[in-house]
Formats: sequence, C-alpha cells, structure tokens
Amino acid sequence: MDRAMQYDTAHLIGAMVLLFGFQLLYQRRIKSVLTTFAFQAGALSIAAAWQAYIQNSPHLYVTAAIALIFKAFFVPFALNWLIKRLGIHRSVETALGVGPTMIIGVVLVALSIMLVLPVTQGATALTRENLAMAMSVVLLGLLMMITRHNAVTQVVGFMALENGLILAAVGVKGMPLVVEMSVAFSVLVAMILFGIFFFRIRERFDSLDLHYLETVRGDRL
Amino acid sequence: MNVHYLVLGIPLIASGLLALISSLRVSTWVNVLASFSCFATSVALLFHRPATTPWLFIDDFNVSLVVLTAFVGFTTSVFSAGYISRERKEGHLNRRNLRFYHAMYQAFLFTMLLALMANNLGLMWVSVEGATLTTVLMVSLYRTREAIEAAWKYFILCSVGIALALFGTILVYLAAQPVMGPGEEAMAWTFVIQASAKFEPSLLSLAFVFLLVGYGTKVGLAPLHAWLPDAHAEGPTPISAVLSGLLLNVALYALLRFKMILSANGSALAPGPLMVAMGLSSLLLAAFMLYKRDDIKRLFAFSSIEHMGIITFAFGMGGALSNFAGLLHMTMHSLTKSAIFFAVGIITQIAGTKNIVGIRGLASSHPVLGWSFLICVLAIAGLPPMGVFMSEFLVVSSTFARQPLLALPIMAGLLIAFGALIWKTQNLVFSKPSIDAGQQYAPWALAPLFAHLALVILAGVWLPEPLVEWFRSVAKMLG
Repeated sequence: MDRAMQYDTAHLIGAMVLLFGFQLLYQRRIKSVLTTFAFQAGALSIAAAWQAYIQNSPHLYVTAAIALIFKAFFVPFALNWLIKRLGIHRSVETALGVGPTMIIGVVLVALSIMLVLPVTQGATALTRENLAMAMSVVLLGLLMMITRHNAVTQVVGFMALENGLILAAVGVKGMPLVVEMSVAFSVLVAMILFGIFFFRIRERFDSLDLHYLETVRGDRL
Repeated sequence: MNVHYLVLGIPLIASGLLALISSLRVSTWVNVLASFSCFATSVALLFHRPATTPWLFIDDFNVSLVVLTAFVGFTTSVFSAGYISRERKEGHLNRRNLRFYHAMYQAFLFTMLLALMANNLGLMWVSVEGATLTTVLMVSLYRTREAIEAAWKYFILCSVGIALALFGTILVYLAAQPVMGPGEEAMAWTFVIQASAKFEPSLLSLAFVFLLVGYGTKVGLAPLHAWLPDAHAEGPTPISAVLSGLLLNVALYALLRFKMILSANGSALAPGPLMVAMGLSSLLLAAFMLYKRDDIKRLFAFSSIEHMGIITFAFGMGGALSNFAGLLHMTMHSLTKSAIFFAVGIITQIAGTKNIVGIRGLASSHPVLGWSFLICVLAIAGLPPMGVFMSEFLVVSSTFARQPLLALPIMAGLLIAFGALIWKTQNLVFSKPSIDAGQQYAPWALAPLFAHLALVILAGVWLPEPLVEWFRSVAKMLG
C-alpha cells in the first residue's frame, strides 16, 4: 500500500473521532450522549488499529482492543445501567446553549490547527495532522466538561478528552509503553467512578447534578 | 543490591499487606514501621547512588526530595497513629475505612517516591496520576457530603490537569523522536536532556504550556487552585499534612524537570516569566484570601498556595541564588506546613470544631500545644530565626538584585499574608480559653511536630556546610 493511501485513511479515521467529539456537544439526552461516546471510542479503536498496522507495531492492537471493549461497550452499558437503576434524570443540563457551544468548538478546532501545524514542521505530515486533530478532541472534551452540570456528562467529557490523548499517543511513532499505562489508568479511573462516587453521591444527594452540590458549600474558593 | 528498589518496594509491599490486616493496632504499627524503614533505606541513597536506567534514576536533585518525602511520610505516620485511633474511638471511621486508609497511605507514598525517581517521563506521569487517585480516595474517607464534594472536585480538576500534562509529555516525546529515534530513550529524562539542544524549539514551547497548566493544577497555582482548599479541609488531617508537605512538591518537581529540558534547549520559550507570573498571582491571591477564612484547615491550605507561589516564583526567576532559595523554601515549607497540620489535627480533635472562632485560648488551656502551634505559625509566616524566614529573605533579596520592581509585589504579598496569619491565630492562642483543659491528647502525639520544628529552627540558625554546598550544586543544575 502506498503512503498516500495510508495517510488518507488515518486522516479519515481521525476526523471521525473529531466529528463524534462535536456530536457529543449537541446531544440533549444522556442516553444519546453515551451512544455517541461509544461511537467515538469505536472510531478511536479503528484509528489505533490502523496505526498499529501502518507503523507495524503490534502492541497498539492492544490499545485498540481496550478502546473497543472497555470504552465502546462496557462503559456506556454500565453508565446506562446506572442511570436506569438510580433514576437520574435523562436530559442533559447545559450551562451554555448548544449554538454558542458549537461555535466555541469550531474556534477551538481552528485554534489547535493553527497552533500545531506551524510548530511541528520537523515531523511527518501524518503525525502533524493527527496531532492537530487529537488536540481538537482534547479541547472539545474540555469544553464539554465545562458546559455540562451533570456528573455523568462530565465523566463522559473527561473520557472524550482521554480519547483525544490516546489518539495523539498512537499517532506518534514508537511511543514506548505509555499507551498501555494510560489505558490501564482509564480503567482505574472508571473503577473509582463506579465504585465510589456514583453510589456515594447517590447515597447523599438526590441528584447527580453537580450544580446542586455547589449550593451546599459553606466556604467557597 | 540497588537501594532504590528497596525504597520503592517497602511501601508497595506494605500497602498490599495493610489491605489484608483488619486489626487497627497491628495496622497502625505496620504503617509506622514500614514508613520508618522506607525512610531509613532512603537515607542510604545519600551515600550510595544506584546506576541510571531508562526507567529509574537518582541524581543530586531528586535524592533530597526522596529523603524529605520519606521523612515526612514517616513522621506523618506517627502522627496519624494517634489521630486515627482517636477518630476510631469517637466513631467517625469504621474498621473497613481504616484498613483502606492505611493501605492507601502506603500506596500514596509509593507513587510519590516513584514519581520522584522516575527517569521515564511517562512513568513519572503515571505516578503523579496514581498519587492523585490514592489521595482522592483518602479525601473522601469520611463520606460526609462535604468530603465527597471535595473529593469529586479534586478528582475532576486534577484529572483534567493531569490529562493536559500527558498531552505535554507526548509533545515532548514528539520533539525528541526525530532526533533520538523512536524508543525508550526518547522518553528518558537523562537522555532527553543531553539531546534537547537539537529539538524543535516551538514544539517544546507548546509542550511546556500544557505541562505548566497540567502539573500547575496539581501544584495548586492560581487560577488552577480551586481543588486545594477543599481537599485539605475535608480529608483526614494526616492527609492534609502530606498533601501540602509532599504532593505539591512532587508536582512542582515534575514541572522543574521539564523546565530544565527547555533551558537546555536554549531557543525554546523561556519558562521563567510564565512561572514568575503564576507564582506571583498565587502568592497575592492567597494572601488576600487568608483574611476571609474561618475554617482552620482551609486557612493553612491557602497558606500552602501562597508558599507554592513563592517557590514557583523563585524557580521562575532562575539563577543560582534564586534556585537555592527555591530549594530551601521547598524543604522548609514541607517541614513547617506538615508540622502545622499535626498541631491543627490535635486542636480540631480536642476542640471538636474546625471553626477558628470556636477555638480560643489554647495557651492557657493546653500550654504545650498552644505555644508550639504558635511557633509553627510564626515560622510559616516568615519570622526569624526560623528556616522559612531565611529562604524568603533569599527570595526577596535575590529578586531585588535583579528585578527590583518584582520584589515589591513579593514583599507586599508576604506582608499581607503575615498580617492575616497573625490576626487569625492570635485569638486561637491567647484570649479566654474555650476548650475544656480536661480534653487530653497523647503526650507523644506532639513528637513529630517537635522533630519538624527543631529542624526548621536549626536550618534558620545554622545550615551545615555540606548541605549548603550540595544545594548550591543542585541550584546550578537547575539553571
């Protein structure tokens, strides 16, 4: 396979991850947020597998498998189950309307392209553009965390951010071991969320809306 | 036999062991013993330097922090023994909580020591993340509404911070990889620093911005400090002591390693001004915030933000003298602030409240505790002859020599914070006692506090020549 083909395919898959990142921003129901996240993780898994193939580094298949099994299937199912079980309200509560959020999202993508492309002139075109996209995904995840009150959507925002990081890591040739470690950590992160926070937050409050938590604080800042 | 494996292995094994022990008496002892043996072996590192591998290494810079971390880890475990047994007696914690607490305490020590010794930048990142996770679990230990809220906030803010730091780390690798080729060496600090002159400078600059925001969140630099006061106030007090005394240092250490890579590159963005700006804003913000606190633990958490600001400022200024001051201040702040939290832990237990207004006249009801607490506060406020005064004096005077205009806000910040601390603690120590003098604490509970205080006073009066020499060489290394 020639280089142009490899490049185009990697680009296409990276763009898919980014698109799902955008789609996360305008979902109105938590269920569809989770579905979109599952798709993003799926796209990430394809991206990792593709990088494993073209870089000829088989350990990235492990990253791909973890993204697929854990992030695309297990996490969304488990969160869905939690939402049903705990009776959390199903609609997404936003701090900022969908329109402005999307506009900020576009600005962030433009910003990361303008920032990354000039500074990475030494790297290959594939790495550069992959990095620009990964940074956009990271920033969109951050934006989602900022503009959502609900704990579940914040966690999804964080995991979307992490998807961006992994997209960046798999795109850089020969990144040692860190991929596996970071994935192991995302597992740990999720464990903590499920094990401790959700149940405890539920135990103490009637809502998973973090805004609600703000009101009880005595001594802010 | 490599000593550093032992230093890392002891807390790791102890952590696993403590997860299995359900008797509180036994687990407290195991915790203290493990922390002590970890400290004892870490001292051996001063004399015997293990070989550098791509994963772990020991140099002049990190060995001091390793010993400091192990020391404060040990003294805090002694303090924690008294604190925890009282909490258990009063029924604030159940047995399962405590088993978990001790296991996490050792796991936390392990992750911090690993972060300090890591040569691989990815490994360093993983350890800092691990330290975050273990402390989140400990902050939420009391399961109260406030504790869970604080832990959640801590977790979310620091996870985002740490995620950005990983992005910065990936960018550094990306800069290293064309020069050094793919593989482990392009991630290992000792190799990277030698080759960094050939790296693409703009890529390093971009990386540093992410690293500064990322690790800066963990250092508690303004405006990214929002998690810090909550996490300090709501968790168990021994954890506040190690958070302030150790974890903030470790995060700053990570940042400094990257700063050194940038300095060695030469043409990348100068990291100094950014650090100076963030340090200064943390100092000023925290100094004003001190006036509004009415929770004693929050008060000293803000004081930690203030001091981390001073240290970041000093390292940002750079140069032999400022770096020296920064290193000294890092050490002094660790010792003094954890001593303060030891005292605060006992005070809140005998007073039954964290509210400053509710605690009065300690000097008459509990003279030893009251006076030693006062000395600690004076030390942290920067009064001579204590060590903190010396390092603050060095920061200010080295700044005056080079950038007189910058010395003014530093002076202002220090004075404002001084005023706040004195004003807030005056009634706490003097005035009519509010606590029943019959409220007792174990007499040995103050031992770790005295140990820290002795070191701080000693350092203020007399620094041994080898130590000065050695600080100097590290200061030169930091550039």
